[in-house]
Amino acid sequence: MPRETIYEAKIEYLQILNEDGVLDESEAEGSLTDEQALELYEQMWIYRRFDEIAFKLQRSGRMGTYPQNKGQEANAAGSGLAMQRGVDWVVPCYRENLAMHLHGMPYHQILMHWMGDERGNMIPEGVKMTPLSVPIGTHMLHAAGIGWAMKLRGESGAVITYFGDGATSEGDFHGAMNFASVLQAPVIFFCQNNQWAISVPFEQQMHSRTVAQKALAYDMPTIRVDGNDIFAVYKATKEARERAVNGGGPSFIEGMTYRLADHTTADDARRYRDPAEVEAWAEKDPLIRTRKYLASKGLWDDEKQALLGERAEKIVGEIVKAAEGVEPPRTEDFFDYMFAEPTPELVEQRDTMRTSSIGVNPGQIGLRAQGERV
Amino acid sequence: MAKLTLVQAINQALDHEMTRDDRVIILGEDVGKNGGVFRVTEGLAEKHGEHRVQNTPLDESGIIGAAIGLAMAGMRPIPEIQFEGFMGPAYDQIVNHAARYRARSRGTVTIPMTIRVPVGGGIHAPELHSDSPEAIYTHSPGLKVVMPCTPYDAKGLLLSAIRDPDPVIFFEPKRVYRSFREEVPEEDYTIPIGEAKVVNDGDDLTVVTWGASVFQCLEAIDGLPDDVSVELIDLRTVDPIDIDCIAESVQKTGRCVVVHEAPRTAGLGAEISALVQERCFLHLEAPVQRVTGFDTIMPYYKLELEYLPDAERIGKGITECLAY
Repeated sequence: MPRETIYEAKIEYLQILNEDGVLDESEAEGSLTDEQALELYEQMWIYRRFDEIAFKLQRSGRMGTYPQNKGQEANAAGSGLAMQRGVDWVVPCYRENLAMHLHGMPYHQILMHWMGDERGNMIPEGVKMTPLSVPIGTHMLHAAGIGWAMKLRGESGAVITYFGDGATSEGDFHGAMNFASVLQAPVIFFCQNNQWAISVPFEQQMHSRTVAQKALAYDMPTIRVDGNDIFAVYKATKEARERAVNGGGPSFIEGMTYRLADHTTADDARRYRDPAEVEAWAEKDPLIRTRKYLASKGLWDDEKQALLGERAEKIVGEIVKAAEGVEPPRTEDFFDYMFAEPTPELVEQRDTMRTSSIGVNPGQIGLRAQGERV
Repeated sequence: MAKLTLVQAINQALDHEMTRDDRVIILGEDVGKNGGVFRVTEGLAEKHGEHRVQNTPLDESGIIGAAIGLAMAGMRPIPEIQFEGFMGPAYDQIVNHAARYRARSRGTVTIPMTIRVPVGGGIHAPELHSDSPEAIYTHSPGLKVVMPCTPYDAKGLLLSAIRDPDPVIFFEPKRVYRSFREEVPEEDYTIPIGEAKVVNDGDDLTVVTWGASVFQCLEAIDGLPDDVSVELIDLRTVDPIDIDCIAESVQKTGRCVVVHEAPRTAGLGAEISALVQERCFLHLEAPVQRVTGFDTIMPYYKLELEYLPDAERIGKGITECLAY
């Protein structure tokens, strides 16, 4: 028997709003309305300002290490808006602060997290979200589990989980994809391909031409979109969500973007990145092209921009004030949240931590303050 | 003689061994052009070639698993895991493969590999960048676990680790990376794995510790009354433990305090305490005491200094043990 082709596949690329701010009308159908685009532009602007201020807080010693989000706003904005707040779950990494914000996580809590305070991870009532995840590429399995639970419980809705190109190298990424695929769980795997995993470029991370093609192995609908285009990101996410809530199982979206900043405040990308590459991507900035589009529609002008700038300063100022204004955490907190009911050992350690060196009651082992033998 | 930081001394040892032995290869996330996130491998890719200082995909299990293959096939790999908190995905490869191949194959397949890992707290880092998992790997048979805290010791122990015929986990206390310099000879020298060091001689009490805690202990000892004489032992290697060194000291002093950053329960303090009572029972004047991290998750950095044993808590432990 001659050899035959038993599997063929293709990867589509979707861009709706190009770098000059020109919309492809044929694809714009089913994507954002102009009102939504306007809303997302304002959100992205505030988000950018938040990010800049977070960077300054670190530099001035008011916050620890912080991973900047600059340049990746459209991925978070478009996908965040396409998911339903309070219905869908968001399982984030740490470079989609705006998606977290749109789904109910207050910005000041995100700052609190990076200020070394677990209370920044407290999920507000009614918000369906997991705390931002520091270990790379392991949380997507939780999204698969959440989607599976929703299916078992007959709940409508879907899960979106975010991760970077580097995370797709972890074994757990493939485990998550396979679980969601086998169980046909309503999960959207959103890869923010910002092309750099700290200093390792995309082409050293994988020999694959796209990340999107990895989903083919799990027979999962998959697409690469222009991740700096809120219209394309929104539309692809909306389609994936519709598929998920209608029993169509998981989907994969690769949002092509670029990390305009360093990996974190502890990194210096000048050591390993060509400045020309960064400059070229700066011209593809999602904020610039969205603004151009809105201006071309008569929806934006310098006056509106000035007002937004003022509003952003005020909002971000209040966020910082809220984050820095919290009461210092109680030391006892790190004992009190270990279990629903603390074990006797933990209670002992907690109650004696200020009076004893060893976290046990000195009397129990026969210590005497005056140095007498027992 | 050049005065080097811990980072520089480790860099010099790596450079030295790569020059001496062309089987040596470094692999890990960001170890190439970027020189590692702590700059420990800085300049090595330029000097020895990117094929010998290989940036890998972001996959800890892959890094260790591939390093095992490299080692089996005649190379001397030095994989780096970026932070101790990211060893989780590599645990299976370390404990179920690297540690077992010699025994599994009755000596016919061996894994000469040195896994370098920054370890410990105190640098205001994010979650999973501040843990102390040395007891976990000490509890796993088939691994040697080293944790030097001075530039001189780090170079000598790293050269021993790379030349060791079996897998070694080489923990680098990140709190000490750039905290001080000391003279480090440029030439080849080794410090045997499993040999502790007496940092301070003393007669009244023995403090056993390792890693960054050595410096908290020194501070604690400085704060004690002048008539209290404390012997301080830096284990340098936590597996195998140099019990001869500890026993000799405790037989002299009769009192022992063990200090570590890791949680208390089933930590190395428990093992050392058991060894001391086995070897020094009739010499002991007081129960062996432990001053350790608590049995909780390492808190985010706002509270990390409350968690880590500091000079005050260690001083209290010494005083309590002396008062028994």
